[in-house]
Amino acid sequence: MRRSAGPDLSCRIAGVRLRTPLVLASGIWGTSPTLLERAARAGAGAVTAKTCTPAPRRGHRNPTAVDWGHGLINAMGLPNPGAEQEVELLREAARLLAPLEVPLIASIAADSVEDFGRAAAIVSDARPALIEVNISCPNVESSGEMFASSAEAAAAVTRQVKTSTQIPCLVKLSPNVPDIAAVARAVAAAGADGITAINTMPGMLIDAESGVPVLANSTGGISGPALKPVALRCVFEIAEAVSLPIVGTGGVLTGTDAVEMLSAGATAVGVGSAIVTRGPAAITLILDELRDWLAGRKLGSLDLVRGRAHRRPAPVVTNLPPVPGWETHRAR
Amino acid sequence: MPAEAPTLHIAARVTDRIQENPKTITLVLDHAFPDARPGQFCMLWLPGADEKPFSIAGPDPLMFTVSRVGPFSEAVQALSPGDKLWVRGPFGASWTVARARALLVGGGYGAAPLYFLARELSGQKAGVETALGGRTSADLLFADRFGGLGIPVHVATEDGSAGTAGRVTEIVEPLLSSGRFDRLYACGPEGMLEALAALCRKSGVPGELSHEAYMRCGVGICGSCEHEARLVCMDGPVFHVAAQAAADGAAP
Repeated sequence: MRRSAGPDLSCRIAGVRLRTPLVLASGIWGTSPTLLERAARAGAGAVTAKTCTPAPRRGHRNPTAVDWGHGLINAMGLPNPGAEQEVELLREAARLLAPLEVPLIASIAADSVEDFGRAAAIVSDARPALIEVNISCPNVESSGEMFASSAEAAAAVTRQVKTSTQIPCLVKLSPNVPDIAAVARAVAAAGADGITAINTMPGMLIDAESGVPVLANSTGGISGPALKPVALRCVFEIAEAVSLPIVGTGGVLTGTDAVEMLSAGATAVGVGSAIVTRGPAAITLILDELRDWLAGRKLGSLDLVRGRAHRRPAPVVTNLPPVPGWETHRAR
Repeated sequence: MPAEAPTLHIAARVTDRIQENPKTITLVLDHAFPDARPGQFCMLWLPGADEKPFSIAGPDPLMFTVSRVGPFSEAVQALSPGDKLWVRGPFGASWTVARARALLVGGGYGAAPLYFLARELSGQKAGVETALGGRTSADLLFADRFGGLGIPVHVATEDGSAGTAGRVTEIVEPLLSSGRFDRLYACGPEGMLEALAALCRKSGVPGELSHEAYMRCGVGICGSCEHEARLVCMDGPVFHVAAQAAADGAAP
């Protein structure tokens, strides 16, 4: 896996150094310390734990996740042992990750602004490098719409978390909003240290034979290949709107996908459903492909591809004349 | 990319329901998974109820052997010929089907997937034998089916109601040290598998052990089925035990 004098794959998010840009997405492999360690050994630059909530949650009955041919759809129901128990797992995970120099990202959710602060304070005890704030959950104080669908609610959660912990936080945005850039601006103004984009896209499968929704929860979140174009668009729009680091997540299955996500403006790249499609070695495969892609073009660092989509066509990889209309996109 | 991509459910129809022992039935379906390998599993779904993993007892026609352990297995057992059962799979790593003098060890309903393996191995005439264990004779499964393949069957029950009185591992130990076998295949409760892994290391016979786990997604993402840093649904359910204690299968 290690090669000498290859491209520099390191990057930095809110002051935290990642030796590779690949971030194990939240929900993959739960908060099992040994599985998070395995992802780190496979080449992840950072690993995100499963979202925890202030109180334990059993999650939904099965089916909770299926591969429908173009990616996954899942509704696990945020099963977790509750923040007080999760913090013990996070502590153990952090201990296993420390010698590998792979930072741990905790993930929290809650059903009220105040409880987001509580959850942040609790998980901070395990000293994760970052806290990801999962705001794609219903706000029980506001007729159940998710925090991520309102710039105001997203900002309120961000402010609450920022006053409850010293640890830098990434706010994870939902693609299921009319203007994701507006939400990004709101959380940036509220003090977010970075953005994870995107969460899954709501969807549904129905079994024709029985007429019954496939997921026990009826609806769930679409991830994998079907989500990639949505994720690229969202990351692109967020990168135009704010200058925060972005963990671009959604449908990255290959090293080329990772290049595309970086080109859209991501600082680092989340990996999740790829593990279903390509097996547990997915992170290693993607990392090798990304390294080969860069090395094959004599590109020495990620900075040379990051945000390329926002510029006029880059001379590095094409000699085509400029595309008419590109002036309308702001150069970054 | 894996050759067999995970698929959505197919609605199969039950063509036969066979009572195997007081707690266990086999459902024969009108579908086949000809590419399924012994040791792999499927998710069985009853819309509106639940979805759980079950080992494949036979691929063509598809057969699942279901023991009564909870509400879902009870609902599956209530199916009759003509009823539908939804199947998703096959998933997971299989046993190695290779010419070998093989000892197949089944604890309780763990014998079900071994029957699929036995049928694949029985054509080789390489000296396949089976050891089955259970708490009582009512827990034994498939002794007649293995016998029907011409495979010698050794039996142990904890209460002595059939075969040798004691745990199945007690009859496996002398079998392994006899030198008659160069591979052990097993499926059963965790305690049995741990004891067998120790016997494999001691006797120098490599083992392939199929584990059971609480499983949610079944496709490798949720981590619910973790077993010693590995995923039972995707790395397993079959894990290898090398003859020496050092290498324990495909380590992460």
